[in-house]
Amino acid sequence: MKLVAKRPKALAEKPMHYCPGCTHGITHRLIAEVIDEMDIQEKTIGIAPVGCAVFAYDYFNIDMQQAAHGRAPAVATGIKRVLPENFVFTYQGDGDLASIGTAEIVHAAMRGEKFTVVFINNAIYGMTGGQMAPTTMVGQKTATSPYGREAAHAGYPMRVVEMLATLPGAAYLARVGLFNNREIKKAKKALRRSFEIQEKGLGFSLVEFLSTCPTNWGMAPLDALKWVEEEMVPYYPLGVIRDIEEEGGPKK
Amino acid sequence: MTEKILMKGNEAIAEAGIRVGCRYFFGYPITPQNELPAYMSRRLPEVQGTFLQAESEVAAINMVYGAAGAGGRVMTSSSSPGISLKQEGISYLAGSELPCVIVNITRGGPGLGGIQPAQSDYFQATRGGGHGDYYTPVLAPQSVQEAVDLTMDAFDIADKYRNPVLVLGDGMIGQMMEPVEFKKEITPDQLPEKKWATNGAAGRKPNIINSLRLQPEKLEELNLKLQEKYMAMKKAEVRYETDNIEDAEYILVAFGTTARIVKSAADMAREVGMKVGIIRPITLFPFPEDVIAKASEKARFILTVEMSLGQMVEDVRLSAKGRCPVYFQGRTGGVVPKPGEILDNLKRLAGGGK
Ligand SMILES: Cc1ncc(C[n+]2csc(CCOP(=O)(O)OP(=O)(O)O)c2C)c(N)n1
Ligand code: SF4
Repeated sequence: MKLVAKRPKALAEKPMHYCPGCTHGITHRLIAEVIDEMDIQEKTIGIAPVGCAVFAYDYFNIDMQQAAHGRAPAVATGIKRVLPENFVFTYQGDGDLASIGTAEIVHAAMRGEKFTVVFINNAIYGMTGGQMAPTTMVGQKTATSPYGREAAHAGYPMRVVEMLATLPGAAYLARVGLFNNREIKKAKKALRRSFEIQEKGLGFSLVEFLSTCPTNWGMAPLDALKWVEEEMVPYYPLGVIRDIEEEGGPKK
Repeated sequence: MTEKILMKGNEAIAEAGIRVGCRYFFGYPITPQNELPAYMSRRLPEVQGTFLQAESEVAAINMVYGAAGAGGRVMTSSSSPGISLKQEGISYLAGSELPCVIVNITRGGPGLGGIQPAQSDYFQATRGGGHGDYYTPVLAPQSVQEAVDLTMDAFDIADKYRNPVLVLGDGMIGQMMEPVEFKKEITPDQLPEKKWATNGAAGRKPNIINSLRLQPEKLEELNLKLQEKYMAMKKAEVRYETDNIEDAEYILVAFGTTARIVKSAADMAREVGMKVGIIRPITLFPFPEDVIAKASEKARFILTVEMSLGQMVEDVRLSAKGRCPVYFQGRTGGVVPKPGEILDNLKRLAGGGK
């Protein structure tokens, strides 16, 4: 008999608390698979955010730190500067990274900090009950944009990878989706690449995962996946936006 | 043999950290502590350490959090407005039980305030400062030499209790030049291993650095554990200095720079026949309650002098428990009280307050 699926070693044997159809769980699994494949479980330190993924510190069989809301890139900087030979990654939602933590993420990228950021863009604040995020789509109804996000009032959604791409310190930037198996495979490839960039010490790496929040979007899980593909992807294009190695090494 | 060198307070504090194995410093510019990070940026690379100028005090204290959690001996410094920004991080450090040293070279407030010396961050420093039920030991030097000695001790106290420790100087301590000697020379490899650190779970179970406890009972448990540490600090870490209190009828209480001024005032008072003694708290948390309580039994009154409009005086009153009057005298906003002012006030109060 051939074993087709098993729990990655780096994923703890704990039931996750995520809602049905939420893609946080898939992303956790992908991270654990990459850690297993690169055989870096004993060398990796992860940082859990404030947000639905706060319990990530319980879901991985690796050393973990829990960070204040938005501060994970600063915490990661502190860890990586003490342990330059180890792998460090942050796991952050869009409220965490693109709102309260914008200074920290921008400056970590500017300095070319050699850690990896797993950025969960689900276009909403999940944990606090579905408030508008900087990434919320124009027209999208949330607890704090009950008439739909209006650009004239709240601006246009923030494209994080494109924004960070202006910084030479960002060595690898990619946006991926998790709305079908083909995209999940691509997502894993990008994640693996971001860890390799870190291993090579080339600079800052970030993968943005277009994710779902069926609970706060008020959608069934499958509809939520469809919404990512149809509504989010056109505004947030998928693909590798920066790979410093393929572009011939660090810019001056 | 150690030799004495003439150094500015801010630079001496930085060197003290390096001499006890601190190899990581994260900071953000603010007057009057700028010489401290600048010194670190020059010296740390010489000892294979890391200096990093953060994008803000918020980021700096969270870098301290990460570095401390990774097992590094780490330090940051700032001045009042910057320390306010660090409070969230300090609360997380206390809740996650991470050791580090935080230097506050205090200036006048509130708001942007000024850049001259002040002691008006006493409440913030001694009451935890951020959200939640926590405290940090607070060490308050009155000279550059003492700033060096206390900074060195601060790292050990931080490690002993796994808690952030504050060194509270004022602009005067930071800017003043005095001869100092460094009595210790410790390198990072001589420091005890931190088994709880998140430095890669090789051959052991994963370590987690965390202050979240969603279950009320679990959060209460964490708080009770923290309280035990604070009780232990109250037993073991209280420091103070007394001067001429045995026969004193009048007791002056002051810390830091103000204690030096009060000393001149006390000398002048003794010359005119007033029996004046001094109690100088060196740790502001834990506060030297017992010595003040004892003194309050015999003293005609206690006069607390501060560069604020009255903060430590509350702790003095709590310690004296009404056994004698506790008066307050202070200047604020960067104005430094003069010995003559204090003497005049002493005479006035001794004469019945007229
Ligand atoms: C300083 C601070 N402000 C606000 C909060 C409340 N809070 C908790 S989670 C959260 C937002 C989380 O949203 P996001 O980062 O998008 O992650 P998600 O829950 O969607 O995964 C907020 C605002 C907090 N914990 N700390
Ligand atoms: S609230 Fe949204 S983001 Fe949070 S677990 Fe549920 S579906 Fe996922």
